[in-house]
Amino acid sequence: MPKQRTPAVAGWFTLDAARPALLGTRCTACGTVFFPREETFCRSPLCQGTEFEEVELSRRGRLWSYTSNSYQPPAPFVPPTEPYQPFAIAAVELERERMVVLGQVVAGVGVDGLEVGMEMELVLDTLNEDAENEYIVYKWKPVGAAASGGKS
Amino acid sequence: MTAREVAILGVGMHPWGKWGRNFVEYGVAAAQAALADAGVAWKDVQFVAGGETIRNGYPGYVAGASIAQALGWNGAQVTSSYGACASGSQAIATARAQILAGICDVALVVGADTTPKGFFAPAGSGDRTRDPDWLRFRLLGATNPVYFGLYARRRMDLYGDTERDFAQVKVKNSRCGAANPNARYRQIYTVDEVLASAMVSDPLRLLQICATSDGGAALVLSSLAYARKLTTKPVTIAAVSTVTPRFPQTVIEMPNFATDSAATLPVPDVSFKDSIAKVAYEQAGLGPEDVNVAEVYDLSSALELDWYENIGLCKPGEAVKLLRDGVTSLGGKQPVNPSGGLGAFGEAIPAQAIAQVCELTWQLRGQAAGRQVEGARVGVTANQGLFGHGSAVVVKG
Repeated sequence: MPKQRTPAVAGWFTLDAARPALLGTRCTACGTVFFPREETFCRSPLCQGTEFEEVELSRRGRLWSYTSNSYQPPAPFVPPTEPYQPFAIAAVELERERMVVLGQVVAGVGVDGLEVGMEMELVLDTLNEDAENEYIVYKWKPVGAAASGGKS
Repeated sequence: MTAREVAILGVGMHPWGKWGRNFVEYGVAAAQAALADAGVAWKDVQFVAGGETIRNGYPGYVAGASIAQALGWNGAQVTSSYGACASGSQAIATARAQILAGICDVALVVGADTTPKGFFAPAGSGDRTRDPDWLRFRLLGATNPVYFGLYARRRMDLYGDTERDFAQVKVKNSRCGAANPNARYRQIYTVDEVLASAMVSDPLRLLQICATSDGGAALVLSSLAYARKLTTKPVTIAAVSTVTPRFPQTVIEMPNFATDSAATLPVPDVSFKDSIAKVAYEQAGLGPEDVNVAEVYDLSSALELDWYENIGLCKPGEAVKLLRDGVTSLGGKQPVNPSGGLGAFGEAIPAQAIAQVCELTWQLRGQAAGRQVEGARVGVTANQGLFGHGSAVVVKG
């Protein structure tokens, strides 16, 4: 029986497999965008806004920096494979939002394949699985790189 | 001297290590050493400021009162501060404010911790899907060294820094740590040894990332009037900065997933990390050119280079030149981390910012045997931790 595709965290990204996007919020008073979603108080010091609308963030951005998780991170991280496979982490600057967002880099792209300034795009991939669920998370992938090793 | 200074009457530490005992033991040892150094009796201490113990100590995240109880309840006023890596500086700031306000004459500042092995990870259990510190591990596996790796890799791609440069920071600091009886790691390393250690978060290897340690540090602070009864020329604290960032904060920081958006308000003229020391300099009426010695938070070897720029020793991108020219080595114009830094100590979070001030006090008194910065008159500390905390302290001899 196929496993349930379950977002690893609710409301942070769409589950549109072809064109996934991060979901942030925008203050209706001053227009400032927040990710992860801010829904209570606008964090701009000049704004008293308390109402927010959901927005899809840019699907592409420029690589601000990158590194690796060469050691297995501690819990609550759940290693998707046994033995643990190191992976890269990217910080990507979204041009329109002028915001840097951290994410895992898709399997198969290590730090040797990354460089500050390169264009990255958002994809969905498997974070880990249990008996019933395939937990989905957003990841970054260099534009034009081969598709990820995650399940389709 | 200006009226806004307080005296550092005494300093003391419990050696850093992996001792596995209750944090109170380290705090008491450090406090007793500081009191003895000051020539102040515990019964005369009017105010106790503790840096809050993070984990593996007493449950309940306590500090000031636990150590006061172990020293023997004396009826002093007590407080505890949490500011992540800046916890110790917040305790210093609180004690300093009490003294400058005339509420007390003499205060004990103390921080101590016992740490688990391995990566720091979120305390507590259960799913906390609205807690960024929990989520960063769950969704990204983003340990603290991941953030250090991002900063280091950006230096390489933007400024041309090399892995050998980063290793050289560790080598430099290991020479100082070898001479420091309170340091946990006393071995002197070579660049090749550093580069042969296991990769943790590329480009940073195990020997370039600070460990988690047990340790304790304490200060006895007083008004200048009180100090005059005990000593002729005490080392003083001339400034304490514990500023927050300004919105929009555009550098990704632990434990966040994203920076603020800079699309609606202009980016501040001074970055958060630059502002930490800048505010301290302004309080002290001094500038980076006046600094003879600095203790900065080298959570990674590469991060020490960021600090050279953040505390104004050089412009952005020029830190490696200072390193290569020996400016920041012992014997150079502005030595950095003569204690050996976090690379030689490992991090005992609530004690670390206090330990930085202990080292500068020994340096300014000329008591840092084997690692002395000759003729040092002005020192500055800098640190930064989770949740937008950071601090700098200016110490004058």
